[in-house]
Amino acid sequence: MTTLPVKPFLLFRRPTARTGLIAWLTTVDHKKIGVMYGLFALSFFLLGGVEALVIRTQLIVPNNHLISAHFYSELFTMHGTTMIFLAVMPLNSAFFNLLVPLQIGARDVAFPRLNAFSLWIFVAGAVILNVGWFIKAGAPAAGWFGYAPLTSKTYTPDISADLWTVGLQVLGLSSIVGSLNFITTIINLRAPGMTMMRLPVFCWMALITSFLLILALPSIAIALIEVIFDRHFGTSFFEVSNGGQPILWQHLFWIFGHPEVYILILPAMGYVSEILPTFSGKPLFGYPIVVFSGALIGFIGFGVWSHHMFTTGMGTVATSAFALATMAIAVPTGVKIFNWIGTLWGGQLRLRTPMMFALGFLWLFMMGGFSGIMHSAAPADSQQHNSYFVVAHFHYVLIGGATFGLLAAMHYWFPKFFGRLVDEFWGKVSFWTIFVGFNATFFPMHFLGLNGMPRRTWTYDSNMGWNGANFVSTMGAYLLGVGVLIYVVTLLWSYFKGRAAGPDPWDARTLEWSIPSPPPVYNFAAIPMVHARDAWWYEKHHPEETAREQTAHVREEAAHGGIHLPDQSWYPLASAGSLLVAGLFFAVSNYPAAIGAVVVMVAAIYLWSLEGPGGYHLHPEGAAGSGLAGAPEPGSGHENSSSPS
Amino acid sequence: MSVAAVTIDHHGDPSTATGIPNKKLLFWAFLASDCMFFGTLISTHLVYRLHPPPGNPVPTQIFNIELMSFSTFILLMSSLMMALAVNAIQRGNVRSMRSSLLVTIAFGLIFLGCQVFEFNDFVFEKHVTITNSIFGSTFFTLTGTHGTHVAIGVLWLTLMYIRSFKPATAVGGGWVMRAVVHLLVFAAAVLLAMYATLGFAHAALASGVNWTMLAAYSSSYGSAVGGAFLAAGGLRVLGMEQGPVDFDVRNADDVESMGLYWHFVDIVWIVIFTAVYLLEYVFPAGPVR
Repeated sequence: MTTLPVKPFLLFRRPTARTGLIAWLTTVDHKKIGVMYGLFALSFFLLGGVEALVIRTQLIVPNNHLISAHFYSELFTMHGTTMIFLAVMPLNSAFFNLLVPLQIGARDVAFPRLNAFSLWIFVAGAVILNVGWFIKAGAPAAGWFGYAPLTSKTYTPDISADLWTVGLQVLGLSSIVGSLNFITTIINLRAPGMTMMRLPVFCWMALITSFLLILALPSIAIALIEVIFDRHFGTSFFEVSNGGQPILWQHLFWIFGHPEVYILILPAMGYVSEILPTFSGKPLFGYPIVVFSGALIGFIGFGVWSHHMFTTGMGTVATSAFALATMAIAVPTGVKIFNWIGTLWGGQLRLRTPMMFALGFLWLFMMGGFSGIMHSAAPADSQQHNSYFVVAHFHYVLIGGATFGLLAAMHYWFPKFFGRLVDEFWGKVSFWTIFVGFNATFFPMHFLGLNGMPRRTWTYDSNMGWNGANFVSTMGAYLLGVGVLIYVVTLLWSYFKGRAAGPDPWDARTLEWSIPSPPPVYNFAAIPMVHARDAWWYEKHHPEETAREQTAHVREEAAHGGIHLPDQSWYPLASAGSLLVAGLFFAVSNYPAAIGAVVVMVAAIYLWSLEGPGGYHLHPEGAAGSGLAGAPEPGSGHENSSSPS
Repeated sequence: MSVAAVTIDHHGDPSTATGIPNKKLLFWAFLASDCMFFGTLISTHLVYRLHPPPGNPVPTQIFNIELMSFSTFILLMSSLMMALAVNAIQRGNVRSMRSSLLVTIAFGLIFLGCQVFEFNDFVFEKHVTITNSIFGSTFFTLTGTHGTHVAIGVLWLTLMYIRSFKPATAVGGGWVMRAVVHLLVFAAAVLLAMYATLGFAHAALASGVNWTMLAAYSSSYGSAVGGAFLAAGGLRVLGMEQGPVDFDVRNADDVESMGLYWHFVDIVWIVIFTAVYLLEYVFPAGPVR
């Protein structure tokens, strides 16, 4: 079918810059989007870390009055919200973006412009959440859990709670949109031969995480809408005087909140499942069991939320059921740990920095898991509830687990995306500083909790017996901060001065290592043919067969016009920008302006759909190195139709 | 190969690993997510109906169950028309798709009109607002969210209808200007017709249908009725065939994704109609016994 060239009527001309600021703002390339996700998330990770250090400094000695109680509330609220929604989740999104298309042998995600839209609305949500620091109302201060009625007009009359609810709502939208994209990408864009049971474990975990996100986020989205309506339109969802019940917030929040902890940890399990086999020189032990355990964790994860509410008086039946489900979810988690140990067993271990962080993950996550099982027993939990024991537990899971997984992943995949190895000596120094600092910070908190120190306490009296452990904990936090600083500076230094990395510096097994570092814009000159679970390992050991198949693929693709890539677009950024304006106006109750901004957003999305994916063709072989001189495809302004082009 | 490629498989996409088109897969996943949105809203309503505070309205005394049964039936029929539209475009019949889309839009608007009438009735006649009772809070939030879904669906259907007029030989932005005019005329026709119809319903309910009432109606709503007919005439003109269009069987996935959404919104309404309306007649709200 021939399509006539159409010059579309549009507000923005289609950008074509391949470098510079405009190229980054309008990019639809999953690698650039991933890098931007990573940079934004790392900045917020450092910001959240600074917030934590101020918290620890306030608690270094008893009866400290360094900061006010309200500022302390702002700090622990924003520390939790930032670390979860603006650091760990977007860092995982960064790796979904960077790795998923490369590991499944695809050229991009299924919906490249939608992917850019997820990134920019994440930035919009982050701005809305943090804008409170710069205004009189102050930052949100009702805790990351925002329990009703703390967020009501009665207890938070200023707009800080509005910024929190609107900001989280926008971030949730970003995650849902991104997850829909990754579900479609992982299921539909796999290279020939890449069956679901040959999918790298990281992609499996990304898929399960995406499903958890689209199914768990609606619960908090509606709960936030109910709070927003209570605050803005006078409903009484959580107004006790009018028949509302604050306990409903707790249920809706934790129906989201518990799957959320698996949303944070499952990607880390994915990184570790990639890193441990590489540095053990063995395939992953029990691949199907690891995959099914991940799915089972995701499934049971929806049935354990009330273990956060054992002390609310749900009755014995509900309490027992949730306690049992919580104990049950430890089984697939433990199975995974045994599989990772099985991977190490008898392997040729190479203790490089990513491997050190992965081993640290294994040990620390297990410790967090042990204290988690202690919480699952409802009678014990009613003693530990709201104490520092809980703080110790979830930091072991979220730093020792999720963050160590991410630190390992950043080290491991840095050479792939920046073409340089991270310095090994300073990498190891950062590992040991972080490892020691982390344990010094959080291990004493177990004892503080068992000795009765409550969470979210601004200060404490000197005769409670908490002085020594708090001092050690704060010193540990400083060491942890130094370790993270060394880690980040090492990455920065390596970006400029690191030793050049070849395409496959770790002798790895998955497809991203089969292409140059950094990867070209089209990822794969020839779409790979997958024959085995460790696809690149198979290719390395069957070079003739691989070369034959790739020549055939290149020839076939050239017959269809060469490599097809989508065009850049302004509309994701424009619509996300309108959403930011709408969110800010809504938070300050300027509804006409907010509606106006939403209308602009809808118009931008409509123009986006009229603009169509467009696209251009590349011929990497013919262009011999320069490669990127793409000729516009005839009909590149053609409609958003599903025609096979 | 080129001969075989003439027949297009509507359900398969050879360029994807599963054969399912990307758009459809994304939409199925989105609908799974939307299930959870409505699930949370419906749960909120059902939890609160078990604990009515003093002064909470008794739902069976304020519901207009005949009207809502009618609008439920209309919404179900709109799903039938949507299915016919998808079937038409899969056969490549754009004209048939357009007429089915128009009836789907009309039925969606009748449903929305009934909801506007119901909300109006609750607020001004029965004094149940979103703020003055927990029933009002949960009821209006839930049914309002559903109504918003229907309204978005109607907007989408309208945009798809207008999109189907894009000329195959369009050069430059002329057709977009024409599409914007088309959309504005469409909006004018819909709003004026809804305004006039609801005005008639209120007048008829207030004083019955008689000559005095008709005279009073025509003096206050005459221009709205006239405007609606004028806009409808404009739609007829804009909807005339003007040569080949850039809309054919290749757009079937777009129409089908829209259809998935429309059917989903319809199914959700069946659940809401059962759980919010019918349930009250079987198990009247009250404290848990």
